[in-house]
Amino acid sequence: MEQEMVLKNENSLTSSLKQMLLKLTPSIKKDGIIKSLKNTGITLLSILLFIGLWQMGSKALYNKEANYRVEIALQEQGEAAAVAERACIESGDSTCQPNTLPSPSQVWASLQSLIADHKVIRADKAAFVEKMAVTNEKMISQGQDPIVYTGRASFVDIVLTSIKTVFAGFLLAMFIAVPIGIVIGLSPSLRSAFNWFIQIFKPVSPVVWYLLVFMIVKTLYIGDSSDNAFVISFISVGLCAMWATLVNTAMGVSSVDKDYINVAKVLKLGTFQKVFKVILPSSLPLIFTGLRITLSVAWMVLIAIELLAQSQGLGLFVWEEFQNGANDSNSKIIVAMFVIGIIGFLLDRLMLAVQNMVSFNKNEMA
Amino acid sequence: MNTTQQANEVYSENGIVYPSKVMLDLSNLKKVYPTPKGDYVVLEDLNLQILKEEFVTIIGHSGCGKTTMLSMIAGLNPISGGNISVLGNPVKGPGPDRGVIFQSPSLMPWMTALQNVLLGVNQVFPHATKGQRQDIAKYYLHKVGLENAFHKKAAELSQGMQQRVGIARAFAIKPKVLLLDEPFGMLDSLTRGELQDILIEIWNKEKITAVMITHDVDEAIFLADRVIMMTSGPKAKIGDILSIDFERPRTRKSVLENDDYYTYRKHLIDFLEH
Repeated sequence: MEQEMVLKNENSLTSSLKQMLLKLTPSIKKDGIIKSLKNTGITLLSILLFIGLWQMGSKALYNKEANYRVEIALQEQGEAAAVAERACIESGDSTCQPNTLPSPSQVWASLQSLIADHKVIRADKAAFVEKMAVTNEKMISQGQDPIVYTGRASFVDIVLTSIKTVFAGFLLAMFIAVPIGIVIGLSPSLRSAFNWFIQIFKPVSPVVWYLLVFMIVKTLYIGDSSDNAFVISFISVGLCAMWATLVNTAMGVSSVDKDYINVAKVLKLGTFQKVFKVILPSSLPLIFTGLRITLSVAWMVLIAIELLAQSQGLGLFVWEEFQNGANDSNSKIIVAMFVIGIIGFLLDRLMLAVQNMVSFNKNEMA
Repeated sequence: MNTTQQANEVYSENGIVYPSKVMLDLSNLKKVYPTPKGDYVVLEDLNLQILKEEFVTIIGHSGCGKTTMLSMIAGLNPISGGNISVLGNPVKGPGPDRGVIFQSPSLMPWMTALQNVLLGVNQVFPHATKGQRQDIAKYYLHKVGLENAFHKKAAELSQGMQQRVGIARAFAIKPKVLLLDEPFGMLDSLTRGELQDILIEIWNKEKITAVMITHDVDEAIFLADRVIMMTSGPKAKIGDILSIDFERPRTRKSVLENDDYYTYRKHLIDFLEH
């Protein structure tokens, strides 16, 4: 009885609190807008600060290298050469520019030049396709392979190749890891049978996975002159990235809430019903957490693997620009870095959205 | 005054068994959990007979083995010694003839209220048409006052609403015995009262033999034909049995106004305080 009274009091307390909150709502809304404005402001400010620090850093590095070059010219070739070197650097001539961390404006210029380059290549390709249209039609009608454009890939093509590779790798990882995860999650004996395998292969570096896949795919493609770089890279990416999904799926399936299992037992659900109506739905959130990690790992290892596999993606682009050593190479590398980061972020958001969609307990996600 | 009490007298005084009237029979029941320091005996020599259409509540201190006993009846926990039988058939494992309402509602949160009830109904009435099964599920959801929440996801329902679905799910599979493990323990007292009323209303209609664990003395008296008091563990057994001779259907008001109520209450509290 006493308990009841206390509870009633509590109830009236919460209801009066609610009313107070209702009255306060307009100002809360206003507060919310101010808060989000404030947050945006802070973000913008930090971006400006970042660019400023970057600018200062790159300026300092530039000056250091420029001074060093002038110094060397002075020591080795005398006064006149030093003055000439200084003049050359200040004129902005590309032959004598210091090769160091590019400034934000250089990176911005490189981005624009990459986009312009893409437009040129696209126009070139369109012209080529148009020119070859008649010829190709004839060739196809004669049962020959049509002539395709084999010009240089533009930056956008490169990014698309990378995304394609990462999705192919991700799908491969999903199709391997989810079924195996479910099976070993359901059976404790299979779990211990697979455990050593998972523990040993999970920490292996992407480079080694690449080499393993290379050994196998190279032999499978023997006598076939077609390009297998894409196949090698997506398989390597998939194998590297699948472990998180495998482990999470197995864990999700093996740790279903005991209450749900008891309900299934009391209702005497068959194995099929139990797996598809109880176990899988309840482990979906963990499976998707695993898939989200897998996608971000896939994107991260992709760069290294593309570099090794010589697959026309961002990894190779970065490496080639580094080897190239041209005047704008460094700023192109930084452009690629931002593109990689932003795409990685977007992929993660995408997975988070999917994960929230399948998660039945909205409160747990937040 | 009613059959239950007469039967009680028969059991307690003469020890004569009328098999036709017994729904659930626990004899010399024993439960042992092995531990590194030797066996821990939770229950020993536990004997209890529950009649058809009887509602018994079980009361006792925390950890005395009430839940262990209930889950053994449900078949979810293996028996270490003795027997449990339903209508003379020994219990070998879980099954839908013994419906369980768990302490936490244990609904599948990704399913709607209706799907949760249908999960059991589909299993128990495989030969019914889809429409018939839907009707059964909807009937019981209606009975627990959820006619407007058929298609709400279980995760979106409040604790009290979830437990209503739990009640509907248990009754909808038409079990022989209904086992309730402190089903209202996690609810606030207002909601608890509401759910007790709903439970007893459906029960009055269906008269399914019910065994319910509770910590709440008032709840135990209000719902039960007999209150079973268990001694504290280890080696818990039946300490005392109290028959509640109130007319059915009962209302909370009539129960509270009855002079016997306070005698019963004192009896139970005296037992628990020893």
